[in-house]
This record gives sequence, C-alpha cells and structure tokens, in this order.
Amino acid sequence: MSARGRRPRHHALACPAFVFYALATAGCTGSQSILNPAGPNAGNVSRLWWLMFYVCAGVFLLVIAFLTAALVRTPRKTNKLAHAPDTEPDARRERRMRGVVTGAVVSTVIILFVFLVASFITSRSLYALADPNNLRIKVNGQQWWWQVEYENDVASQTFRTANEIHIPVGQTVTLRLTSSDVIHSFWVPNLAGKRDLIPGHETTLWLRADTPGTYRGQCAEYCGLQHAHMAFVVVAEPAEQFNAWMEAQRRPAVAPVSAEQQRGQQVFLASPCIMCHTIRGTDAGASVAPDLTHLASRQTIAAGMLPNTRGHLGGWISNPQELKPGNRMPPNPLSPEDLQALLSYLESLK
Amino acid sequence: MIATASGVVLGLCLMLACKREERGLRVDPPSSSRVNSKTLSELRPGNAQVVSAQNEFEENAFAMSEGKRLYEWYNCVGCHAHGGGGMGPPLMDAKWIYGSAPDQIFATIVEGRPNGMPSFRGKIPDYQVWQLAAYVRSMSGQVPKDAAPGRDDDMNVKKPEQSTEPQEPRSTGGVPKSAERPQ
Repeated sequence: MSARGRRPRHHALACPAFVFYALATAGCTGSQSILNPAGPNAGNVSRLWWLMFYVCAGVFLLVIAFLTAALVRTPRKTNKLAHAPDTEPDARRERRMRGVVTGAVVSTVIILFVFLVASFITSRSLYALADPNNLRIKVNGQQWWWQVEYENDVASQTFRTANEIHIPVGQTVTLRLTSSDVIHSFWVPNLAGKRDLIPGHETTLWLRADTPGTYRGQCAEYCGLQHAHMAFVVVAEPAEQFNAWMEAQRRPAVAPVSAEQQRGQQVFLASPCIMCHTIRGTDAGASVAPDLTHLASRQTIAAGMLPNTRGHLGGWISNPQELKPGNRMPPNPLSPEDLQALLSYLESLK
Repeated sequence: MIATASGVVLGLCLMLACKREERGLRVDPPSSSRVNSKTLSELRPGNAQVVSAQNEFEENAFAMSEGKRLYEWYNCVGCHAHGGGGMGPPLMDAKWIYGSAPDQIFATIVEGRPNGMPSFRGKIPDYQVWQLAAYVRSMSGQVPKDAAPGRDDDMNVKKPEQSTEPQEPRSTGGVPKSAERPQ
C-alpha cells in the first residue's frame, strides 16, 4: 500500500482520538469547572470526586484485566475426558471459586464503606463555614436572572444589584437563597456545589474563595424557556478592592452630566423602563427587573448572556425578545436619537 | 365516511388547540409602531388609525396568562385587588363604568379615567395593554373558558377565571356617587 493510500486511515484514527482528548480535558480548566476549585467547599468536593474516580478506575482496570485473562488463557488440561459428565464437583475448584466470590464481595463492601465515610466527611465539611458574622448576601432567583442584595443591619447600607456577585478573597460569605417564581438552582462549580432556590422557602449556602478571579455560575435546575441563559459571575477580589466596590455600589446613581445624558435620563423616566427598573437617586423605583443604578459597572447584561457593551445594550433595549425569546422585557420602540441618548445615560451609570 | 368525518373533526380540534397555545414571543419589531397611539379625539393628521373592537388575545391562553402576570407586575392589584376592588372599582362583577368592550378597556388603561385611574400611555407597550384587557375581561367570564387562566401562581383568593360564570355586562349609568368627590 502506498503512503498516499494510508494517510486517510491515519487521519481516521487520529480524529476520534483528538476529539476524545479535547472532550476529556475541556472540563478540567476554565472558569466553570468542579475540577478547578478555588475555595475550600469546592476543594473538598473535588477531592471526593478524585477519590471516587481513582478507586473506580482501579476497579474497572482490574475487572478488565481478569476478563482479558479469562478470554486469552488456555484451559488447564485435566485428566477427564471432554465429554464425560461432570457428576462430582471438584473440591479444589469449589474452594477456589468460593474464595474468589467472597473476596470480591468483601472488597466491594469495603470500597463502598470507604466512599460512604468519605462522602459523610465531605458533607460535614460543607457546613463548617457557617458563622453568624459572615458577610450576608441574599440571592433571589427569577425567570431568568438573579437579584443580589447585600444585607446589612443598617438599612441604608444595603443595596441591590443583579447577575454579578462580588466577594472578598479569604472571607466566608453566607448566601441566603430564595426564588420568587419557580425552583432555580445556584451553582458556581469553582466555589461550591449546587443549592436549590425554592419559592417561599430560604436555603443557605456558605462559600469562600481563596484564589482571586472571576467565576461563572449557572442555574442548574430547569426553570423555563431561558434556563440556559440564566447565568451570573462571581468576582472574588482582595478585601480593599471589594470594600471600594461595595462603597461605590451603595451610592445612588451619578447625575447625568452632558446634555445627551440628561436627555437619556428623561427618556428612561418617560418610557416603559420606569415600570420595572430601579435607578436609585431618580424617580424610577420599581423592583420587578434588575436594579440599574450601577449598570455600567457590570461585566454582562441579560444574566451573563451578553458582554456589557454599548452595541449589545442597544440591541437588547430595542428588542430583547429577539435575543432571548420569552424573557419578561418588552421590545421598546424608541427613536434612534432617544435610543442613543438613553445608551449614553446608561453607560454613565458606573 | 364516519372515519373521514372523525378525521376531519380531530384535525380541526388539533388546529384549534394550536391557536390557543400560540406564543407571540416575537412581537412587532420596535420600529413598526408607536406605542399607545390611541387618543381621546378622532381628529388627527393623515389617515385615521382604526382600533379593532375585537381582541384576538381573548382566544389565546398564553396571552391571557401573561395578562394575569402583568396585572400583578404593573400593580393593577394595588387598587383593584385580585378583581374584588379596593381603592378602584371591582373588575370581577358585571358592572362597567366606562364600557366592557376590549377597545374601551384598552382606552381606560391608556388614557386613564377621572377619579383615580392613571394613564399608562407610553408606559406599557400596546401588545401588553391588549393582554391586560383580555385578562380583565376574563375576570367576569367574558372570554372563552378554554383559554381563560386556570390557576393562580400564589395563594387562591377566588375561583380561577376559567371557572367564572359568564356575566352579562351592564353599564352603571355613570360614575358612582362615591367616586364623584374630588380626590
């Protein structure tokens, strides 16, 4: 066979191997992976995962090795004739078989028991972070976005934002989770396991990030049409940076400076926007849609779906139903001048 | 013969079901219409726009359930409660001060009415006003039962719209005495 003829076969073999490798390693890195833990909770869960992975892989290889041996081994020669009826069991063989079955059962029970204990220890460790002095954040899941409220004993120090949670590195935060429509599930694989958000009921999740970074989270319980587009980001940053961010978020929105921004504010207050959104410091105070007081400080719009740029924001405001069909925001027929002014105003809301 | 007839009937039933479940997620593109173009006066430059008296959303279950959601969302409940009324008149009875026709309800929402009903002109998109109008009529059983909302998303305070008996709408013959005083 010529070299030319062999090439396609070589490719045919290499392709599935490459695809398998890509698939096998895709989940191991990145900002949304349980195998890349950035905190103690996710660390414990991933250690349990690796323990189970290695033990199960060992068992699997052992079983395959025995199976292969049984297939390729030539049967031991016996004195009996091949066709002679097997009337009397061979005592030695029986003893050996009993030993093998007992060994397999005992080792299976031991392995499962080890898993049970490891799982118990991991589950216990997930509750070890509970502390009443933690920073408290209330997360309210809604179709299809996340309302985030930083709680404080002083009422004026609380503030709301959406789809972006900032946490200080090395400090444990307590997340109080609830929902106002259907069941959602809060999942940041790099930081912690899943926890459901249940309407009319509060669940609690504790997490700590030890490595600064931006981690993607995702709703993990099917919640309707746009479930797949219900994402958020968790930004873990050093304490001083976090405090600066929190101070900035507590302030009301900046007043519009330029003439265009002032017109944009008028457009906002005179259009359907005001029926659902809040911009603190203006008359807009409705609470059924994300708080836009510091919209320009966020990385994404539409619950982690689009990067927060002027173009995406413009397209989103004009016709959200085209980008995310079924979401609760209606299309907004604004004149081009009004839309540009509104975008300038929204971009000024740092 | 019977098989053909039943096949046709079945086909028609299926088609009806499709219409009932139709979800108008992608509504008019933003530039094609101005929001709430209806005004009190018929006088306007150019060709007059005609608002149809029929509301096609009254046969669409999705549109009416959206109307029901928006009824809470835009705080209609604040004055009209869940149909029983409070600061505003009840909507689950047969009495209508400003008319029971879909376009009259549309006008009531968009223009507002004396003694308290605010104007939502420019604040609620047209198609959502029609969804609200369809839901408001379902509260007194004015819409087909098979399309009316069947349950509440929160605690039940009354029978669902689907179980509401149709009531013959009648006019109150003017503004009620209690609403005449300036507020």
